[in-house]
Amino acid sequence: MSLLKSFFLLVGLMVCALSGPSFAQSDPEALRPLINGLAEGKYAETEKQIGALAATGDPAVAPTLEALGEGDLYVRKSDGAVFITKKAGKGYALTDPLTLEPAGEAGRREVSKIKVNNKLRRVLRSALGSLTLMAADPHVRMAAAEAIFKARDPDGIEALDAALAAETDDGVRKVMEEARAAAVLNSDLDETRKLEAIETLSVMGNRDALSLLIGVQSSANGAVRDAATQAVAKIEKSIAAWDAAQNIWYGLSLGSVLLLAAIGLAITFGVMGVINMAHGEMVMIGAYVTFVVQELIRTSAPGLFDYSLLIALPLAFLTSGLIGVAIERGVIRWLYGRPLETLLATWGISLILQQAVRSIFGPTNREVGNPDWMSGAFELGQMTITYNRMWIIVFAMLVFAGLMLVLKKTPFGLYTRAVTQNRRMAASMGIRTPWVDAMTFGLGSGIAGIAGVALSQIDNVSPNLGQGYIIDSFMVVVFGGVGNLWGTLVGAMTLGIVNKFLEPYAGAVLGKIFVLVIIILFIQKRPRGLFALKGRAVEA
Amino acid sequence: MMTSFLFRAMDTRAGIFLAIMAAAIILVPAGNLLAPEGSAFHVPNYAVTLMGKYLTYALLALAVDLVWGYCGILSLGHAAFFALGGYAMGMYLMRQIGTRGVYGDPNLPDFMVFLNWQELPWYWYGFDMFWFAALMVLLVPGFLAFVFGWFAFRSRVTGVYLSIITQALTYALLLAFFRNDMGFGGNNGLTDFKDILGFDIQADTTRAGLFAASGIALVLCFIVCRALTRSKLGKVLVAVRDAESRTRFLGYRVEHYKLFVWTLSAMMAGIAGALYVPQVGIINPGEFAPANSIEVVIWVAVGGRGTLVGAVLGAVLVNFAKTWFTGALPDIWLFALGGLFVFVTLFLPKGIVGTVSQGWTALRQRKASAAYESGSGDPPSAPPQSPGAPANVKHSNRAPVTAEPQPAE
Repeated sequence: MSLLKSFFLLVGLMVCALSGPSFAQSDPEALRPLINGLAEGKYAETEKQIGALAATGDPAVAPTLEALGEGDLYVRKSDGAVFITKKAGKGYALTDPLTLEPAGEAGRREVSKIKVNNKLRRVLRSALGSLTLMAADPHVRMAAAEAIFKARDPDGIEALDAALAAETDDGVRKVMEEARAAAVLNSDLDETRKLEAIETLSVMGNRDALSLLIGVQSSANGAVRDAATQAVAKIEKSIAAWDAAQNIWYGLSLGSVLLLAAIGLAITFGVMGVINMAHGEMVMIGAYVTFVVQELIRTSAPGLFDYSLLIALPLAFLTSGLIGVAIERGVIRWLYGRPLETLLATWGISLILQQAVRSIFGPTNREVGNPDWMSGAFELGQMTITYNRMWIIVFAMLVFAGLMLVLKKTPFGLYTRAVTQNRRMAASMGIRTPWVDAMTFGLGSGIAGIAGVALSQIDNVSPNLGQGYIIDSFMVVVFGGVGNLWGTLVGAMTLGIVNKFLEPYAGAVLGKIFVLVIIILFIQKRPRGLFALKGRAVEA
Repeated sequence: MMTSFLFRAMDTRAGIFLAIMAAAIILVPAGNLLAPEGSAFHVPNYAVTLMGKYLTYALLALAVDLVWGYCGILSLGHAAFFALGGYAMGMYLMRQIGTRGVYGDPNLPDFMVFLNWQELPWYWYGFDMFWFAALMVLLVPGFLAFVFGWFAFRSRVTGVYLSIITQALTYALLLAFFRNDMGFGGNNGLTDFKDILGFDIQADTTRAGLFAASGIALVLCFIVCRALTRSKLGKVLVAVRDAESRTRFLGYRVEHYKLFVWTLSAMMAGIAGALYVPQVGIINPGEFAPANSIEVVIWVAVGGRGTLVGAVLGAVLVNFAKTWFTGALPDIWLFALGGLFVFVTLFLPKGIVGTVSQGWTALRQRKASAAYESGSGDPPSAPPQSPGAPANVKHSNRAPVTAEPQPAE
């Protein structure tokens, strides 16, 4: 984010330096005679003075011109000095038009208003438009161009042409060209210019351009109308494509949330065959660890806040992992081979953990802050991508890759896979299966804790946090196929994307219901999920 | 034929249970209506409603025990059937309000007027008649269970997978009933009932009547379950539970048996829900919550799965404890419930009734042995394995200490 800011600053500085005398701050007092000249003579003279003021290109004259347009510019009869005024009591409060500082008061009879007519107002508007279009700050120029785009004022064309000639920032130039195109379409210029404008807008290709072109389509005729029709079709197509892309993005983002929540379960359920209903509570504990870490940082070392998540990750892993090992050693190991009983016992544990957290931290939501690098958003084409969603996708992938690495490349992973495939044989080869069980369960729980750190960024941290994820997690694991991490990945992403594609048509709730029904039907077809384990281990 | 069917349902345990139930059905309403207030035998109004609620819970637990205890189908979605039955009854009660609602619309319930509905949706037709609503109480859960079971059992979805998809079923229904567009009152559900079959729903006599009706429904369902499980069909069910593949290889159509008992159980759950709603006066989508279904399973586990009496006992005990705890020590309740789950699965795998009857059998056998050794009496026969109690085939041949993880079934 700060990188982007400094980039803009740099561009702004360059614009100031390069654009020469017209942008240089001239001595304000040099403008004063010109401003005072506004009060001399009739409308024709005033118009000339406005032109002269606009020609200086100095943004400092903008307030004066604005006040003139509003009818707030008065001249003091005694010395012919011009002020911006505001009604105050019986008289007027005076403001110096250049320094914008208060300049005393004046009675009603001491000042007289500088009159403007409609022609002058129009001149003023375009003068002001070109002034802001020439401003040193690219944001101001951008805003001015966007204002013209919205107003579609044909008078702005000249100002835009002048500004375009001087413009150096590509982003601003693009907006100006689009604004110019919009203005051209609204003017009575000839067909070729309008066709060019339509071309510009169809390249622009967003919803604003679409509504503008639809307007043209209905009002214009001949070649312009045909061109507009074509452009509308083209834009509609591109918008549909971007919408699909946005849906896929949302789907991936939801999918990675599901993946994070389910991947720990994929280990305990898939690898060990243990139905851990307390899995959601491990996620919740991870989120609360984040909360505690942030609280400690807030009170003792506020400077570390941006690193709070990085600090929370290992702690959450350890806390949830240790609780997981304790649960395995204390309860689950007595229940191996009885999956339904395990389900009930772990459900009991989940109730206890929930109530424990509720007793310690209270039943209300806890505030977990986003570090700087996780807040904000950026635009990619016509999609808005928020940083926290992006980081969660990245993080989910990292966790997945890390877990894969642990399972495939470490001795511990080897033992785990051996025990999964054939427990007795593994035991005969000297693997301490109870130890492997405890560690695997701890690993699965620890991963859930890590997921909690990530989910604390996008969800409410409350004792019920885990409950919301447990059913979805089971769906993902069962859908993907038990005992297969790749299945979990594919399952999570598929469910996420399907969910997001159903949402626009069916609504969020109905979409979710459809997904559940689809899963129920899917299980009938493939009772062991997408990627089913094959071989003797399954039949045992 | 019929008498022998019923006769088989009887033994000492069932006899004791039926006697207690008969006493409760007569004494509680009598104590409420006849005994003067302040007398030692007076049963306060709230207690009648509360006990009536327990009885409907007991009926739900009985339904779960039938499928889980005897057929090995662990349903984590029975609350869905319970709630569907409740909604069918709730719809009847809503239609009975008539013009007495807040908006006074003769046809539309209040929430529909509030949501600007112009006419009654088609699925509300007929619910102004009691017989139709009563039929729906049976048919809606029954039909859903039949369709769901037809697909699930035919594809041989078993064990944990079945549990999880039953949970998905009730979760999907929960989400669906939360929607206002469904026409079931959305988040608020159906409430503010006025009368049932012409009787004021708040009146003492109606409440006592509902209590008696719950008790009678429980007794009838108990007798049906009891007779069923002691029949040949019941033996097949137990066989399915203990060795499904073997039963199939012996030539039984396992999925037909499962489907039958599953649908029957769902209908019983529907009846329980229908009796529950007029007593508590509200039905809302919260009843579909997956947590509720899991709680029902623990009632059965506490009482003893596969014993029927145990399910009733467990439901009443746990709910009594819940009422007491949430009143006296609200913070402790979830600890207690959670601890109960863990304790029962670890130390009381047969539940209260199962453990007690096991101890009783062992005691009797020891006496018989002692009598035999002292020179009188017949040689002790092997203890008859109760067909109800889980046989634990898997574990009888190895000590629990060597229990090992198995891949998910």
